[in-house]
Amino acid sequence: MTQTSQRPLRVLAAMSGGVDSAVAAARAAEAGHDVTGVHLALSANPQSFRTGARGCCTIEDSRDARRAADVIGIPFYVWDLAERFREDVVEDFIAEYEAGRTPNPCLRCNEKIKFAALLDKALALGFDAVCTGHYATVVTLEDGSRELHRASDMAKDQSYVLGVLDERQLAHAMFPLGDTLTTKDEIRAEAERRGLAVAKKPDSHDICFIADGDTQGFLASRLGASEGDIVDEAGAKVGTHEGAFGFTIGQRKGLRIGHPAPDGKPRYVLDISPVNNTVTVGPAEALDVTSLTAIRPRWCGAAPAGPGVYTAQLRAHGGETAVTARPEGDGLRVDFEEPVRGVAPGQAIVLYDGTRVVGSATISATRRAAAMA
Amino acid sequence: MAYLDHAATTPMLPEAVEAMTAQLTVTGNASALHAAGRRARRTVEEAREALAEALGARPSEVVFTSGGTEADNLAVKGLYWQRRDADPARTRVIASPVEHHAVLDTVEWLREHEGATVEYLPVDSYGRVHPEALREAIERDPGDVALATVMWANNEIGTIMPIDRLSSVAREFGVPLHSDAVQAFGQTEVSFADSGLAAMTVSSHKIGGPYGIGALLLGREYEPVPVLHGGGQERHVRSGTLDAPAIASFAVAGRLAAERHESFAREVGALRDELVRAVRTAVPDAILGGDPDDRLPANAHFTFPGCEGDSLLLLLDAQGIECSTGSACTAGVAQPSHVLLATGTDPDLARGTLRFSLGHTSTRADVAAVAEAIGPVVERARTAGLM
Repeated sequence: MTQTSQRPLRVLAAMSGGVDSAVAAARAAEAGHDVTGVHLALSANPQSFRTGARGCCTIEDSRDARRAADVIGIPFYVWDLAERFREDVVEDFIAEYEAGRTPNPCLRCNEKIKFAALLDKALALGFDAVCTGHYATVVTLEDGSRELHRASDMAKDQSYVLGVLDERQLAHAMFPLGDTLTTKDEIRAEAERRGLAVAKKPDSHDICFIADGDTQGFLASRLGASEGDIVDEAGAKVGTHEGAFGFTIGQRKGLRIGHPAPDGKPRYVLDISPVNNTVTVGPAEALDVTSLTAIRPRWCGAAPAGPGVYTAQLRAHGGETAVTARPEGDGLRVDFEEPVRGVAPGQAIVLYDGTRVVGSATISATRRAAAMA
Repeated sequence: MAYLDHAATTPMLPEAVEAMTAQLTVTGNASALHAAGRRARRTVEEAREALAEALGARPSEVVFTSGGTEADNLAVKGLYWQRRDADPARTRVIASPVEHHAVLDTVEWLREHEGATVEYLPVDSYGRVHPEALREAIERDPGDVALATVMWANNEIGTIMPIDRLSSVAREFGVPLHSDAVQAFGQTEVSFADSGLAAMTVSSHKIGGPYGIGALLLGREYEPVPVLHGGGQERHVRSGTLDAPAIASFAVAGRLAAERHESFAREVGALRDELVRAVRTAVPDAILGGDPDDRLPANAHFTFPGCEGDSLLLLLDAQGIECSTGSACTAGVAQPSHVLLATGTDPDLARGTLRFSLGHTSTRADVAAVAEAIGPVVERARTAGLM
């Protein structure tokens, strides 16, 4: 079941300049594969993006990745995917927010960049697989087909952001960190032991193409500030905002509503309406979602013919929840066993059978327990 | 391994290694007055004389620098400042658009920070500047020209410039002409006196000498404003303690480069011709860059339609063949070559280039390795296409 037992492959290791992808590349090379490192240049103007140690778009990151490749002893290249990234990830991110949805750019990047543009080029150049530092496990079955599973260490599992991969993409994916039952500190220790200077580099968080982590500011600069009303469930104005696009369903902070709700409880974003630039707020209970519909399903294997009982994950670091999912037209209808909160259109729902990723889809609409006024 | 990137750097000659190691254990600052200083000074001055002879110059015309980049900076900035200080009207810099970045970026810096206006000369499809073009540019207003700079031979596509004729045009108008001869030295006849240039750049590690040393050949009537200020070494034009071991070694390599340039051109040129034939046979639509005849004997530059240069490099590297796309990188990302763009090459086409540059250690086995690999590699890179 482990990839180390396979015949040696020609592997292209995507190296962000961070510690995880460096250790992943080192492990692949140590397992006897013929590894070449590649750093993806995702910004047409690298200096304008992150200038700190985090993220994956700076010249410093590129240098860190190159340095790691040199230590591992593998060839290293920088591939310019800035144009594809801008079109497929950044513009999509902006358009989704503009439409009142909440996209996950990391998922999108895996689907469209790492395991599409990059994978396609790698295969054309004669590589067998693309290797990344994601924490997830690929299991090869007797018949040669492959399954994606959660990482051995559930706390670090990143199978959610890989849930978009289809069977073909999975067939060429390699995640050497997936069966790691170690803490992040131990990965750092391994990097240190391997002489990789990125061992002490801080983790990257948030969104790599938003330099200062200010998503609202980024969106405002791209979409323009546009003042609108914040209203309660009854439609009464309770505040103003500078652009409905800057909000996420379930968001509590940053609403800047001057006065408390009549019941004194905190208020959350319940709905975003880009058409009339209105944000609706209300109590936490009103966020309870009982079912949802999702579009663009992608299956890691054959699409299920009928309803099935699964566990679902709705956010990158979210927990699991029991669901029944059934195909509905081109999409999917999902009913939750217990109501869940903070489900936003645009996010991905990933379905699991035990630890196995069954498939994913993009949430298009939610149904609330408490009907909105 | 087939090392075919000698234009990037070439292995040191055994004679140069010997000269350098002999000096590394000798103490002495060439500016000091005591015996150790005198000994170091003698080493440096003998090297200066040897290099001057190799380059057809007077010893006093040799200004040692840290390499080609510094020599280019000193010539372009220093002469610009000198000429502008003497007459504030002189702010125009005339340059070829196919210069190395050490010249190009310096010229652009003068535009951005020192009020220079920059005029790029037209080049033909081989990347060559014609003397008439220089004449036309200067004639428009000879009074406002600070300097002109045209490389002796192009580092990417190998085309040799008509330096003698260009410098007679410049001299006619009293305009100082600088030439970056880093690639030309050792591959073709390079004589500073015969060229009539005001200034000329050479570098050591491109001719089998050590890294970190180069020289600006500088006519005695020029006093460029220094880029590096300090102890006043090198005619007060380039301060800094002289690196006697590197200078001694550079001079040995320089002497050999001058002595051997004819046999180098003959022998390495024959290998290069063989390589060009092999590539054309394997890939009939490969386009040879630069002048097919009047070019550096060690340079073979190709454009492979429908390929990404980076892909070609990766695939060849995997087979132990080391060459270059020839163009510069920005943050590691290959950019379409400014040289090819200047010759009118379509930008997409300009992405699929490879430069093979041979040198004194090249063999027929190197050429055979390319002949065998290039066909399948190009085919594969074409499948990957342009991204």
